[in-house]
Amino acid sequence: MESCSLTPMQNNATLPSGLTRRRFAALTAGAGLAALVMPRPAMALNTAEARGLIDRVVAELLQIINSGQSEAAMIREFERFFARHADVPIIAQSVLGPPARSASRAQMRAFTEAFQGYMARKYGRRFREFIGGRIEVVDGRQVNQYFEIISTVRIRNERPFELRWLVSDRSGQDRFFNLVIEGVNLLITERSEIGGMLDRRGGDIDALISHLRTVG
Amino acid sequence: MPVMPVSRTRSLCAVLGLLVTLSACGPAALPPASAINDPDEAQNRAAHEFNRGLDRALVRPTASALGSAIPEPVLVGVGRMSSNLNQPGYVVNNVLQFRFGQAIHNTARFVINTTIGIGGIFDPASAMGLEERDTDFGETLHLWGAPEGPYMELPVLGPSTSRDTVGRVVDFALNPLRGLDTRPRNVTRGIDVAAGFGNRHRFGGTIDSVLYESEDSYAQARSIYLQNRRFELRGDADPGFIDPYEDPYGELFFDPYAE
Repeated sequence: MESCSLTPMQNNATLPSGLTRRRFAALTAGAGLAALVMPRPAMALNTAEARGLIDRVVAELLQIINSGQSEAAMIREFERFFARHADVPIIAQSVLGPPARSASRAQMRAFTEAFQGYMARKYGRRFREFIGGRIEVVDGRQVNQYFEIISTVRIRNERPFELRWLVSDRSGQDRFFNLVIEGVNLLITERSEIGGMLDRRGGDIDALISHLRTVG
Repeated sequence: MPVMPVSRTRSLCAVLGLLVTLSACGPAALPPASAINDPDEAQNRAAHEFNRGLDRALVRPTASALGSAIPEPVLVGVGRMSSNLNQPGYVVNNVLQFRFGQAIHNTARFVINTTIGIGGIFDPASAMGLEERDTDFGETLHLWGAPEGPYMELPVLGPSTSRDTVGRVVDFALNPLRGLDTRPRNVTRGIDVAAGFGNRHRFGGTIDSVLYESEDSYAQARSIYLQNRRFELRGDADPGFIDPYEDPYGELFFDPYAE
């Protein structure tokens, strides 16, 4: 089915005040309409909830970073962290790009799993550099169909920098699906990296998967 | 007071007139974060290989030796001094950008850090709410309406665009500190070089991950540079950002969650 983004009920601003989207979705679900019209109560999440989610995610991230564990132990924790809070399947699919369409289900599962490990190793090492630092959630807003939650990372003796979390509930759960550090976004950067890896392997997804398990 | 020769005044007026005309056009459009315009890729890749070789053979080992020999507070102080020396250039650009509030901010910051901060070793200005707000002539050109131009990787200096390359040349020429005598100028250059090595050491993990852990470090450096640069110039997130739920394969026709 086409995306529901053009239906007016997805836009909070068009709803009468007092009738929140969540309540509206619940009403129509009660009438058995939502099951027919909309597969999910789209955009039940709001900015405050998305921000609350990132508050908890950031607290958990800092706990891992400042746990004093070895790098290997920390990377295992980061992998669990991504599995719990990131929408890894959609990230993996978007990063693979058009070749994901012709991949088999088994290949997509294997790729998603390999990508999750790669992401945990690669970004876990970068997160480790935040040791002793603070991350403060400073702002949040809705952008089209997702929420952008802005945090500031403060590390001693360094200029504070911005880390944005893009959050959606369109997987059925509230998760982040992209990270943007000073404008550099994970999906775009990894699309370039993973796309290049696939090209150099003549488009062989299985070869890409085995390679991905060894790097990051 | 010396009187400016007529011809010079006239050309100054012409330049100012041009500035006003250009600035009336407003800032140039910024390409979306993922856009790549790299017609000279082969040449750029050659420069990248050169830069990687230079880093591996010279910059990285030197930075690492300096980093372990010199205590961190000294490295931080040198980095701050170098950054303080850039402040007068920021002020010049702020004026050319007609951002006079920023020019005052950067002037106040320079005065405070140079005096109370002992030549910029310390950064009391940030604690007073005058945080670093860097700019450059590449940004000035952007605000005047000059387009980004093709991507370039410069030997030694690294990633750039044609607009930013012109910007670097002009920033070098415009820097008020160029007016210093030879000896203090050599000192400021020394501080800049030392700060460069210090940064290579402090951000070593991130730089190594791009240069040596990526399978195509050229493409990674290009993507990261362009995304970050456009973010700096935009001052906010890219509004035309990929939404993987709307556009899961980079093609607008499939919803992964729809059955």
